[in-house]
Amino acid sequence: MITPENLDEQESRIPQMRFDPMQAEEAEEIPQLKTENGQTPAITLLKTNLPEGRSPNRVLQAVKVSTEHLNFFYGQKQALEDICIQIREQCVTAFIGPSGCGKSTFLRTMNRMNDLIPGARVDGSVLIDGRDIYARQADPIELRRRVGMIFQKSNPFPKSIYENVAYGVRINNLARSRKSLDEVVERTLRGAALWDEVKDSLHKSSLALSGGQQQRLCIARALAIEPEILLMDEPASALDPISTAKIEELIFELKKRYTIVIVTHNMQQAARVSDFTGFFLIGRLMEFGDTRRIFTNPSKKETEDYITGRFG
Amino acid sequence: MPAGLGARFQPRFFEANYWISLTPMNEQIATQPPEIVALSAPPSLLSSSWTRRIRMGDLVARGITFLAALSVLVITVALAWELYKGSVPSIKEFGWKFITQKTWDPVFLSFGSITFLFGTLITSVIALLLAVPVGIGAAIFLAELAPRAISSALTFVIELLAAVPSVIYGLLGIFVLVPFMREHGGASLKAALGFLPIFSGPNYGVGVLTAGIVLAVMIVPFIISISREVLLAVPREQREASMALGATHWETTWHVAMVYARSGIFGSIFLALARALGETMAVTMVIGNTPQISASLFAPGYTMAAVIANEFTEATGDLYLSALVEIGLLLFVMTMIINALARLLIWSTVRKQGAAA
Repeated sequence: MITPENLDEQESRIPQMRFDPMQAEEAEEIPQLKTENGQTPAITLLKTNLPEGRSPNRVLQAVKVSTEHLNFFYGQKQALEDICIQIREQCVTAFIGPSGCGKSTFLRTMNRMNDLIPGARVDGSVLIDGRDIYARQADPIELRRRVGMIFQKSNPFPKSIYENVAYGVRINNLARSRKSLDEVVERTLRGAALWDEVKDSLHKSSLALSGGQQQRLCIARALAIEPEILLMDEPASALDPISTAKIEELIFELKKRYTIVIVTHNMQQAARVSDFTGFFLIGRLMEFGDTRRIFTNPSKKETEDYITGRFG
Repeated sequence: MPAGLGARFQPRFFEANYWISLTPMNEQIATQPPEIVALSAPPSLLSSSWTRRIRMGDLVARGITFLAALSVLVITVALAWELYKGSVPSIKEFGWKFITQKTWDPVFLSFGSITFLFGTLITSVIALLLAVPVGIGAAIFLAELAPRAISSALTFVIELLAAVPSVIYGLLGIFVLVPFMREHGGASLKAALGFLPIFSGPNYGVGVLTAGIVLAVMIVPFIISISREVLLAVPREQREASMALGATHWETTWHVAMVYARSGIFGSIFLALARALGETMAVTMVIGNTPQISASLFAPGYTMAAVIANEFTEATGDLYLSALVEIGLLLFVMTMIINALARLLIWSTVRKQGAAA
């Protein structure tokens, strides 16, 4: 079991680390790091994120979300068992595992979406920026503004494309004028790589879009309120390969600005897009670490069986 | 069945279709539905009883369901035709004046229906104005906010209300609402809003307003029951999408669930309106049955359905009877026009904002 205490240690043992040019552009200064094996490290080191007194090759992005002994119940049934994890800022963290293993449930604890399900109960804590989102005084509405979510099935509202994107901005009173709302809509649609396809039909129904476009519209809708974290629950599972590729490209773009947590059934997808991967099995987080290591050198038998396709 | 038969039959089956497609030049065959063509094909093409049974089954099912659908059309056309036939003497005698004229005088055989048209429309409008906010509000509470146990208990009661015969509502109106309006309701409305012409004049208890209230009570269960069903049918994904954007429960209900469900909610309102327009018994009992058009809602009125029910038995003479039938025809046409407008309204809003369902 991975606990916050031994997580850093686990990661420092990871021999293969990779360098991500996407993030390098954002970094003010890229320390030329080498691991003991002489390889380039996985995670970009932002100068500002370097805590003092730690050796640079052990330092990762700051922790954005962490859970401590998180248990989750649907009525009597326990869906998550003692999950302890740290999710890093401006990284893509993927969760894989067979159906019903709790990965989506875990994702939904991070924006308290499970609150809406009758009989759901959470035990333990989920900290975002060090604050417990399940604390008594925590406001789930405010939380969900900061933690956006993309669903498995694209679910645009039966309104125009413009109104879909503007919805979150309107209900959160984020735009002062019609003009600034227009700007937000354009900027977000560009950010979701959809602007060029829809700029002439902004006021047409969102349901006339193709499945892939609808999903990107949902991403735009989530981005419009500028969340800090983006949760994606199998965002490409219902899409064709080309639309999937577009979504994945988008994820690469988005991680410069957002912390992304993605649940996926598709292991190639997890390997392609994520920096960290967690493997869930029957409500437990079996293994968590650098994506490259999970896929090349898993430490648990179950992980290996799953990623080699022996079950799941 | 021998193993070889299926395989041998298969190409023949396709041959049959091929044969049909080769003969479109023959007009008789081209205009007939394909099934019939297949049956009239050479007997060798129908050699398998198994396949024939399948195709016969399809034909029979198609025929029966088609007849069922056809019967609706036949009834509608027959109804319109009979109403028209019955009102021909009246149409010949009065022409358009029948619609515009206020007089309704069986003694001098001078008939005009504008007062009844007005009575029907005004009572229905009052009923809708009262019933729509209450109905939709209750539906939202039952579908979105109430605990499950309360919701199902209340829904059961509401469906009971919808099944109560209208004469019972009429009795309720006569024994409870009319005295109440005479002694309290009307008086306080007058005191508060008496400066408005609609609340002026003498208040007898019976009248247009009372009829509208009784109608509202009668149609509210329809609006609640259907709107609640429609709201419950809004997909969870829609609500989650909204909640995930930081919307409150109420914002989600109002901006997302209601938008998604709007065509169904419109539908419930128009079904209620149709019932209000045609409602006879309860209205007859409380409206006062006086053919007049008054600005005051306290004044008695008369509706189209009420006049037909009240005077049909005492209608002596063909013209009198024919005038009543023509009122029926007008009611029929009016209901159709309102339904068509309702469809148009639903269609245009749904089209404008994107089809939901």
